[in-house]
Amino acid sequence: MKYVDSFRDPAIAAPLCDRLKTRGAALAARGGRARIMEVCGSHTMAVGRHGIRQLLPENVTLISGPGCPVCVTAPGYIDAAIALARRGVTIATFGDMLHVPGSEGTLGECRSGGASVEVCYSPRSARDLALARPDREVVFLAIGFETTIAPVVSLVDLALREHIGNLSLLTAFKLVPPALRAVLDDPEIQVDAFLCPAHVSAIIGPRTYEPFARDFRKPCVIAGFEPLDILFGLCAILDQMVEGRASVENLYERVVHEDGNPIARALMDRYLRPVAARWRGLGQLPDSGLMLRDEFVRYDAEKRFDVPVGPGRESPGCLCGEVIKGKRSPLECPLFAQRCTPTDPVGPCMVSSEGTCSAYYKYERRMRA
Amino acid sequence: MCLAVPMRIQEIRPDGMGIGELAGTRHEVDLSLVKAPGVGDYVIVHAGYAIEKLDENEAGERLALFKELADSWQVHSP
Repeated sequence: MKYVDSFRDPAIAAPLCDRLKTRGAALAARGGRARIMEVCGSHTMAVGRHGIRQLLPENVTLISGPGCPVCVTAPGYIDAAIALARRGVTIATFGDMLHVPGSEGTLGECRSGGASVEVCYSPRSARDLALARPDREVVFLAIGFETTIAPVVSLVDLALREHIGNLSLLTAFKLVPPALRAVLDDPEIQVDAFLCPAHVSAIIGPRTYEPFARDFRKPCVIAGFEPLDILFGLCAILDQMVEGRASVENLYERVVHEDGNPIARALMDRYLRPVAARWRGLGQLPDSGLMLRDEFVRYDAEKRFDVPVGPGRESPGCLCGEVIKGKRSPLECPLFAQRCTPTDPVGPCMVSSEGTCSAYYKYERRMRA
Repeated sequence: MCLAVPMRIQEIRPDGMGIGELAGTRHEVDLSLVKAPGVGDYVIVHAGYAIEKLDENEAGERLALFKELADSWQVHSP
């Protein structure tokens, strides 16, 4: 596959691994260590799939961050979606959401009980559903980070242009920069640098990370999801740390442009406004989410059907909240790979294919011994 | 969930929707979020939407730089 295979070339990866070791040693010589947060769930998966964690020198640790939108969705949101489904509304959703536990159960269980829950690969399928069944209300579960927000909110744009009256969104959109700030503000989480998300950055642009480099002195490096991208990204972070620098570097210029994607941001801005959002693990963070502006309230399912989204109750014993913050590794959770598995998940980090627990279950379990 | 794949635009319909090619298969792609898409362009597709164009020159330059750095590190490493 063009633009994928070439960024997996083992002949280039081999000297890179040596380079990581020498930079790690240079850092160790100064008494340093690097705790690097890979923010995005797609990075977590790629790190696992390509065995990158095992290539790192001893004083370099990769910590998985809060970058899996399914994982950070609070249980109260699932409760509201289930309440809607029970009221006879058709729920349209990305597949991962089916198995995320709410306070009492999952949407998947609700569907087995006869509720109408439809899985969509693209938000556009929700519009097709609404057009095909004008007699039914269709609610799309509007979750996601910056990458996903514009595609989802374009549903409202479509509904307005095509006069679709039976389609609305249950919003829980989240923004990555406020989550990074929350991570840095927590004295219990020690993070030295960020491997910044690839496709979120394609929307928001590299400049958004400048406060983290300037004010918090944390190197921020944007890298793609292929192994060479990640290895070079880690080398660039170690270079900065060895040289005592902290800046924003964009190594994914083939997709991430200086000003991000202004078309996507304009669409988001037209329909959405900032709002405090509740994150599993991080709690309520000011201006960390987006909700529909007042003039588009008829597309806001929470108001349209009067189903307020509360905090809900997290599964007892589940460490997902701690894992999302990078405070604990999945391997430290007593439920991991015991009571909690991808086929029978207790927490959302095991549900999503990009959740930290799911990635560790698939690729890193042998490290436990 | 932010995973996205590079596709080459094969066709653009009058309504602005496109057909993207990925490893020999064709997929419907919403092109409304990218500036001036053209047939033959590579785009990064997420949830059925092109979220950005893939710059072929930048991709080539980055790969060349990766190779160059890797070569220099190979020579100099002990």
